[in-house]
Amino acid sequence: MISIPSTLKISLRALRVNKMRSALTMLGIIIGVAAVITMIAVGKGTSEKLSQQISTVGSNMIIVLPGSTTAGGIRGGFGTQMTLTRADAEAIERECSAVYVVAPVLNGVAQVVYSNQNWSTSVYGTTDAMLEVRDWPLFSGRNFNEQDIRNSTKVCLLGQTVVDKLFGGMDPLNQTVRIKKVPFSVIGVLDSKGQSVIGQDQDDVIFIPLTTAQKRIFGTTLPGMVRTIAVKARSADDLTRAEEQITQLLRQRHRIGPNQEDDFSVRNLTQMLDLAQQASKAMALLLAAIASISLLVGGIGIMNIMLVSVTERTREIGIRMAVGAKTWDIRLQFIIEAITLSLIGGIIGIILGIIASKLLSSFANLTTVISPFAVILSVGFSALVGIFFGFYPAYKASLLNPIDALRYE
Amino acid sequence: MNLIETSKLQKIYVLGDSEVRALDDVSVNINPGEFVAVMGPSGSGKSTFMNVIGCLDEPTSGKYLLDGIDVSKMDRDELAQIRNEKIGFVFQGFNLLSRTSALENVEVPLLYNNTPPKERGDKARQALNALGLEGREHHHPNQLSGGQQQRVAIARALVNDAPLLLADEPTGNLDTKTSVEIMELFVRLNEENKITIVLVTHETNIAAFSKRTIKFLDGKVISDRRTAQ
Repeated sequence: MISIPSTLKISLRALRVNKMRSALTMLGIIIGVAAVITMIAVGKGTSEKLSQQISTVGSNMIIVLPGSTTAGGIRGGFGTQMTLTRADAEAIERECSAVYVVAPVLNGVAQVVYSNQNWSTSVYGTTDAMLEVRDWPLFSGRNFNEQDIRNSTKVCLLGQTVVDKLFGGMDPLNQTVRIKKVPFSVIGVLDSKGQSVIGQDQDDVIFIPLTTAQKRIFGTTLPGMVRTIAVKARSADDLTRAEEQITQLLRQRHRIGPNQEDDFSVRNLTQMLDLAQQASKAMALLLAAIASISLLVGGIGIMNIMLVSVTERTREIGIRMAVGAKTWDIRLQFIIEAITLSLIGGIIGIILGIIASKLLSSFANLTTVISPFAVILSVGFSALVGIFFGFYPAYKASLLNPIDALRYE
Repeated sequence: MNLIETSKLQKIYVLGDSEVRALDDVSVNINPGEFVAVMGPSGSGKSTFMNVIGCLDEPTSGKYLLDGIDVSKMDRDELAQIRNEKIGFVFQGFNLLSRTSALENVEVPLLYNNTPPKERGDKARQALNALGLEGREHHHPNQLSGGQQQRVAIARALVNDAPLLLADEPTGNLDTKTSVEIMELFVRLNEENKITIVLVTHETNIAAFSKRTIKFLDGKVISDRRTAQ
């Protein structure tokens, strides 16, 4: 049988002879492969961006919100009734086995002043556990300690955005800022977390000790009252169990009867974000599926041209058969020609796809991730397209009768 | 031993209700080293005879031994192999691959028996040189004259050292002067290289170069004469 390099040489020559036709045939594959690569890159980019945002929220996180008020048949939203206390938070940490760490939060918006700069930002009264709950490392300085919480010291941790707005390029450590006119000493700066899933700037934030917030900044009607409780479960598998334990414990602590509605709400943030990610994955799959249809169309284009080529070269096939080409020699020649077309098209398609992905991410503000997997997949797929759509024309060629083929005009 | 030995070859085509006997009980023996002209009007069966002995077509019945091998029961690929090893073809229309150099045209039979690339080039160049085509190796068929193209085709037929050369109206597309040149080349190949040649023609002056003439009519051999030389 004929050797592969010799066949390859014959195929390349045949493709060179009809440059325009070969180029147009390849175009189908080029567009198909480029579309698949770009779509997978967009899909993967979106889902990776989401999972990055999920990790900035804090992994395995549950949020406990207070319930709603019902006054004269009018039901307020969550948080209209302050039903949670610091004691609830401590009880959750103490009694729920699936819970790893708990941070009670009392937050609000306040004007912050440093020197001649001022900025309105979210101020979170919380405990030292907050950074652990949200997987939030410090950029510099130190976290609160128990003394700060117990003594209601006037210290604060600043988010990156607040640092930018108030201090410009200066180091804020050990400086004094005033929150609602109360002076606070800056003991630490938080690392940057970027935007949240819904596009909020998570760095536009100040953390102060919970007790200080309760006494000095946000006056509360009940002592020890908090707005939310942030909880970190021990692991992803413990999330559901932690939810159940918290619900049970709080119903008991708030003396809610079996038929009464909860006066609080437990929300599993990670789960919600996982759902969002699943949706984005499904979207990516859909995009890739649509793109692969164009690859299929490109493959049919190859088959079409190969069939024309077989008819056109009937005499050549006859000559080759007369001098000793066997069935598979002829088949191989046309299959390799089809594979060469689709592989070259595939490689150009990959390059174009990568360029398109880069352009999309720089001009259309889309996150794109080019995965080696997608590249290998498209190369393999385009070779398969060549074999699949090249086989029928090759098969047809190999069945020609040498006498008829030689006489073909 | 005969190089070609056919006994009671029949080839029957069915056209609608009627049968056409393209070959009707043809028994012909050809010895190695013979130079045979096959003649006859069109439709006489001479082309069918050539196709069958060239292993391009299978007889409906009868037996055909080529170089002692029974080829009448072989499948496509086995026949291809036999053609590659034992037979060289020369056609009226040259049948060279267009947009392919003379050298590469001559190399084609060697592609299908796994001759290493280097040897392929050497053998093809030798075959071209032997036919006086030095310096034309890289010319494409459309850059060569008819006589030169036919000589490339003959080089291709000989490159595999096949013992049998089948020529189907090899001078049909050539002018008289070139026809004589090509026929003289055949005579030389037959006498010096002991190559068996079977040639189809309808021109008596071309047939005159051969040593034996077989005439066909209506699928039958009507005369088989050796010409004294």
